[in-house]
Amino acid sequence: MGIYNDKVMQHFMNPHNVGEIENADGVGTYGSPVCGDMMQISIKVENDKIVDAKFKTFGCGSAIASSSIATDMIVGKTIDEALAITNKEIIDELGGLPPVKVHCSVLADHAIKSAIYDYAQKHSKIYKGLEGFDPNADEDDHDAEQEDSECGTGSACSVKCGR
Amino acid sequence: MNEPRKVYLDYSATTPVKEEVLQEMIPWFSEKFGNPSSIYTIGQESKEAITLARRNVASLIGAAESEIYFTSSGTEADNWAIFGIADALKSKGNHIITTKIEHHAVIHSCEFLEKRGYDVTYLDVDPSGRISLDALRNAITEKTILISIMMVNNEIGTIQPIREVVTIAKEKGIIVHTDAVQGPGNIPVNVKELGVDLMSISAHKIYGPKGIGALYIRKGLKISNYMHGGGQENRKRAGTENLAGIVGFGKAAELAGKNLSSHIARTTELRDYFKDEVLKRIADVDINGTMEFRHPGNINLAFNFIEGEGILLLLDNAGIYVSTGSACNSASLSPSHVLSAIGVPVERIHGSIRFTIGDFTTREDIDYVLEVLTEVVAKLRSISSVNEQKGW
Repeated sequence: MGIYNDKVMQHFMNPHNVGEIENADGVGTYGSPVCGDMMQISIKVENDKIVDAKFKTFGCGSAIASSSIATDMIVGKTIDEALAITNKEIIDELGGLPPVKVHCSVLADHAIKSAIYDYAQKHSKIYKGLEGFDPNADEDDHDAEQEDSECGTGSACSVKCGR
Repeated sequence: MNEPRKVYLDYSATTPVKEEVLQEMIPWFSEKFGNPSSIYTIGQESKEAITLARRNVASLIGAAESEIYFTSSGTEADNWAIFGIADALKSKGNHIITTKIEHHAVIHSCEFLEKRGYDVTYLDVDPSGRISLDALRNAITEKTILISIMMVNNEIGTIQPIREVVTIAKEKGIIVHTDAVQGPGNIPVNVKELGVDLMSISAHKIYGPKGIGALYIRKGLKISNYMHGGGQENRKRAGTENLAGIVGFGKAAELAGKNLSSHIARTTELRDYFKDEVLKRIADVDINGTMEFRHPGNINLAFNFIEGEGILLLLDNAGIYVSTGSACNSASLSPSHVLSAIGVPVERIHGSIRFTIGDFTTREDIDYVLEVLTEVVAKLRSISSVNEQKGW
């Protein structure tokens, strides 16, 4: 009995891919300690395929679990496939998150895109999935990403990061 | 295999009902169930049991029996005190003074009144959590009808200078209420020495049952009723009495009074040992609040570079129960208003944990918690994207 399901707890208690890749091809950071969550994801890319991913996260149980599963999900995928991953898929892979924790999956999704953005910048690559993506955008825009989530108006997310 | 150890360190959230209290309560459910308002024998037996309980509760806080009114909770007592005075004195004024670190039972009651034409001043507190008496003096206007200041804060354990508050209030003839839910049983409390007009207390914080509290109303004080109905509680608080709950509250109050000095000595010693050891074993930990004027069993610590919910979940997994000021642990996702008010930076609030020690805590429990806590903090710091080198 707890606030999270067994799968979320497994990924929180024994997270996969913790760490930082030395000489990573791309590093992305999203969130801030003030907001309660900050994720850093680093990736290794070979022939347009993500061959390794690691994370470091300051955040609650679901933020750590989302980072763990999201890094699992992108390893072995092409950049385009990784960019296509939505926060909803991250939640589904975790078997669901409590409504107030949905923003944690959004953070993971953003951190992945930020890492790929960094890779694209450094290697002068252009990906369709990064169109309109701004890694420095104000975090308040997670609200927009959550329209199909259960995190409604005046949601936790805007309360959290509205400072 | 041994039963895994369970360590409860959240005594300010609630306490287990002591065996003596439970035994005292049991007959009053089925065996002796008469309605205290009934004039036949079994009704009168119930009435006598309530009288005895009222005497014990009154004695714990130095009140007269006739000044104790049982309620459903500390929250109801807070609501009654605030709305009852706001209504009774509405022709005199519409200004209430309270603090930024009150329990939500007081803050939300005041916010409700603000929407109905009352003005409320929420006093700031210093980093230790204490109000400034000068600020209180300056906040008083001709319209001030009530000052409501909590005796002992539930998160950081700060004890307020209630007697000095009363002295200032009395010069201007203003009513003083104190939410003392965390007070009696943990610090000496005497309503006559303090001079307060109203005091809220609760049974489940002193090893009594949940669902029973009381409001002390100074003899002669004019206050409007909050619950309307029958003539119970001297026609001031309607509703058939929570008989077993009241009996349990009475027994718990009797024990709390009897054990007060040993309780304070024991919890202070264990708390100080725990705090000293944490600071010795774990780097980058800050104490929220100060050690002066503090609830004897309370310590609130900020574990830098990690987030409180993670700490709570990993401790829970090891059978250790604590609470956190982190936003992630509340339904509203807003970080603790108390820690904000004492100036703790938000990122540190997220990593703050409250430990409250009580009568069943042992030195072995504390040693176990220290061991687990050290591992938990190290684990979460190894995962965290912030650390001492990188900074926040």
